[in-house]
Amino acid sequence: MAEVLVLVEHVDGAPKKVTFELLTLARSLGEPAAVFIGNGYDSAGDDGPKEKLAEYGATKIYVAADGDLDGYLVAPKAEVLAQIVSSASPAAVLIPSTPEGKEVAGRLAVKTNSGLITDAVGIDAGFVARQSIFGGAINVQAKVSRGTPIITVRPNSTAPEAAPAQPTEERVTVELSESATKAKILDRVTEKRGGRPELTEAAIVVSGGRGLGAGENFSLIEKLADSLGAAVGASRAATDAGWYPHTNQVGQTGKTVSPQLYMAIGISGAIQHRAGMQTSKTIVAVNKDPEAPIFELVDFGIVGDLFTVVPQLTDEIDKRKA
Amino acid sequence: MNIVVCVKQVPDTWAEKKLSADDKTVDREGVDGVMNELDEYAVEEALRIKEAGGGEVTVLTMGPDKSVETIRKALSMGADKAVHLVDPGLHGSDALATSFALAKALGTIEHDLVILGVESTDARMSVIPAMLAERLGAAQLTFARKVEASDGGVKIERQTDSGYDVVEASLPAVVSVVEKINEPRYPSFKGIMAAKKKPLTTLTLADAGIEADQVGLAGSGSEVTEFSPRPPKEAGQIVKDEGDGGAKLAEFLASQKFI
Ligand SMILES: Cc1cc2nc3c(=O)[nH]c(=O)nc-3n(C[C@H](O)[C@H](O)[C@H](O)COP(=O)(O)OP(=O)(O)OC[C@H]3O[C@@H](n4cnc5c(N)ncnc54)[C@H](O)[C@@H]3O)c2cc1C
Ligand SMILES: Nc1ncnc2c1ncn2[C@@H]1O[C@H](COP(=O)(O)O)[C@@H](O)[C@H]1O
Repeated sequence: MAEVLVLVEHVDGAPKKVTFELLTLARSLGEPAAVFIGNGYDSAGDDGPKEKLAEYGATKIYVAADGDLDGYLVAPKAEVLAQIVSSASPAAVLIPSTPEGKEVAGRLAVKTNSGLITDAVGIDAGFVARQSIFGGAINVQAKVSRGTPIITVRPNSTAPEAAPAQPTEERVTVELSESATKAKILDRVTEKRGGRPELTEAAIVVSGGRGLGAGENFSLIEKLADSLGAAVGASRAATDAGWYPHTNQVGQTGKTVSPQLYMAIGISGAIQHRAGMQTSKTIVAVNKDPEAPIFELVDFGIVGDLFTVVPQLTDEIDKRKA
Repeated sequence: MNIVVCVKQVPDTWAEKKLSADDKTVDREGVDGVMNELDEYAVEEALRIKEAGGGEVTVLTMGPDKSVETIRKALSMGADKAVHLVDPGLHGSDALATSFALAKALGTIEHDLVILGVESTDARMSVIPAMLAERLGAAQLTFARKVEASDGGVKIERQTDSGYDVVEASLPAVVSVVEKINEPRYPSFKGIMAAKKKPLTTLTLADAGIEADQVGLAGSGSEVTEFSPRPPKEAGQIVKDEGDGGAKLAEFLASQKFI
């Protein structure tokens, strides 16, 4: 069976959950081979990247860890992948559908003159990708008709399943071209970030909107999120008002999320907001206006004042967990 | 500095977007078009860079005849001239073909800095800026929430999940901007009048040196094989809070195994 390459998304070596989802998906399509690019591969111990990738079924791991791969923006990753594509001739390349993942995929498509499909929510036999477009209004099946299929897959599309394997390891030597080293990263700045899961990766997202009335009231959303182990999102009205960081905005000009559970609190459900959350599996809303468009989307909705409903809900969850 | 700003006309956000049944491409004829909202920020940023350091701003659009409306809007905001790549052969181009065609069109325009929106609201791929940088062999500085540009080079703050990266390159460079970067201006009456007299060059495939099989459906690397409207969602349960709304919601979450 031909290899299906999976680009490992990781933080200092620790693979993110989406990597395990993609390995699980790759296993249904061919031989899952992980591609690890950057620093951190050798540093971690028992729970290190090698062990984790093996646990989720990687039969081979390509490692490109030398050189200054982390010092430049995006281009080096595409270059490494292109090198592996040309030597290994994989059946397809799967990449997480994150902002950077999509850029890597785009550059790889140009380098290999291959077709590109982004934001897949599933892949069937023959590498037919399923997508949901126009804010979830239309389901599409698409196929790559040229070169090596390059498909970016949305986080949370597949449930990760362990399937321990004994991967072989191949070190990839990289000679970065002049054009891959044009955009230098001078500094990486981390702004406020709690211990909460990342928005696009989280299984549960609790979002707050203008209904919260003030930035300090986001503490209600945070408490509810923490009781569920959820990520916190916000509508644009809330981020524009400076109540919550822009990085947490959900919607057309923010993040696209597709969690198991999405909770919209004090959010009307404008079309631009829906564009970023409509494919969530279960949708819940709290809004005092029974006519709010968000109620057209919900599985369960409460018409009521969030300032009484949310604290009661958080208490109830804490009680049930105790 | 020669700045080119790539803008795209997209179906109006509020319009019901459709795929056409025969060739499974976005139906652009049947709906009102607007400038991709994110590209307004790109135009604004180009104008600000020009206003601060001098230079010329050229608008580049690839799209059907009616995209001229979007070009006019960019010109009335203050861009100096425009290039419209328009040819029936472009219909159905995917990202691979679009980036190819835009790169070819850019070959006919002097450019030090190319500025784009971070994403189009119809395709929502967010890949054209990176693909264009790859094709041009220019530095890629994307997802910018702040741009400092001079003849010496460009420095941006790239929006990331956890904060931002400071990224720097010399020219030529391709920059994409997020909507947080500025507040786009409205065209003034004077701007609208002036726009009518600004130079607009129309390019066909032949003018841009593009072969018919390099773009359109033939030049694309991907195809939509099937599509269907999403089955309507079953109406959810909506409950009015009678003092126990939070508890009821908790019950629902428990029944779905979220707690
Ligand atoms: C180009 C463009 C891009 C955009 N991109 C995005 C995007 O990415 N994401 C996004 O979210 N928006 C986006 N928007 C904005 C979008 O159109 C809406 O303006 C925005 O989503 C509204 O946010 P909201 O629902 O929080 O506020 P509102 O629409 O004001 O809704 C607030 C809701 O809270 C309810 N409420 C008030 N008080 C209470 C209370 N005490 N208890 C319960 N409910 C209460 C109200 O009934 C109302 O329904 C974009 C707009 C444009 C033009
Ligand atoms: N046909 C086009 N003509 C001009 N610019 C385009 C075109 N398509 C995409 N772009 C630019 O590329 C950006 C990203 O588009 P996309 O990758 O399709 O989401 C847009 O915001 C535009 O600036």
